[in-house]
Amino acid sequence: MAELDEGLYAEIVAQGLREFPNECCGLIAANGDGRPVKVFPMRNADASPVTYRLDGREQLRAFEEMEANDWELWAIYHSHTHSEAYPSETDVRLAFYPEARYIVLSLADRERPVVRSFFIRDGEVQEEELTIR
Amino acid sequence: MAVTVKLPTILRKHAGGEATVDVEGATLRELLANLESTYPGITKNVLTEDGALHRFINVYVNDEDVRYLGSLETPLKDGDTVSLLPAVAGGRA
Repeated sequence: MAELDEGLYAEIVAQGLREFPNECCGLIAANGDGRPVKVFPMRNADASPVTYRLDGREQLRAFEEMEANDWELWAIYHSHTHSEAYPSETDVRLAFYPEARYIVLSLADRERPVVRSFFIRDGEVQEEELTIR
Repeated sequence: MAVTVKLPTILRKHAGGEATVDVEGATLRELLANLESTYPGITKNVLTEDGALHRFINVYVNDEDVRYLGSLETPLKDGDTVSLLPAVAGGRA
């Protein structure tokens, strides 16, 4: 089971609503105890309602900041603006970070965001319980 | 001439779990060929079948994107750091 601080979750939802109808994306870092400590909202280089790709340079900078702080990549998140909070086929094919969870935020109903968390390893999707508190 | 290569988690299984490895190479192309011969299979998802850089891998030499440096012909020197960073991407398409 994973826990995400309400404040960090609110940052992601706010970003998703701001960038709607395009997909938003970003990274979440955890400290040495595995506790998520920082959201890195990233530019969707695709600027698209159906795909996302982190800007490579921003990604590198975020990874370097994590390394400098001894943080780890805890999660990769993106929004689905017209579909459920479940990884698409492309999401699975392009999941190159087995160590991180993939968090999908559905804004299909903007009044009621739905967030779910998955590990995607070797093409297999495994959901884990995610608690916002 | 040794260059330090930073490996993403997904490729470390090919290199005995190491996060960084030292590899020789005067260009990125040479470095990746040497990396592959030392750790077979490690560049399978870095290079395409035609030998080009895969679309979903970002490669940096000392924090500079090789797509702006000369791609596979980017010259390397002793002490350089090459970072292999898979893209973070997805979508419906």
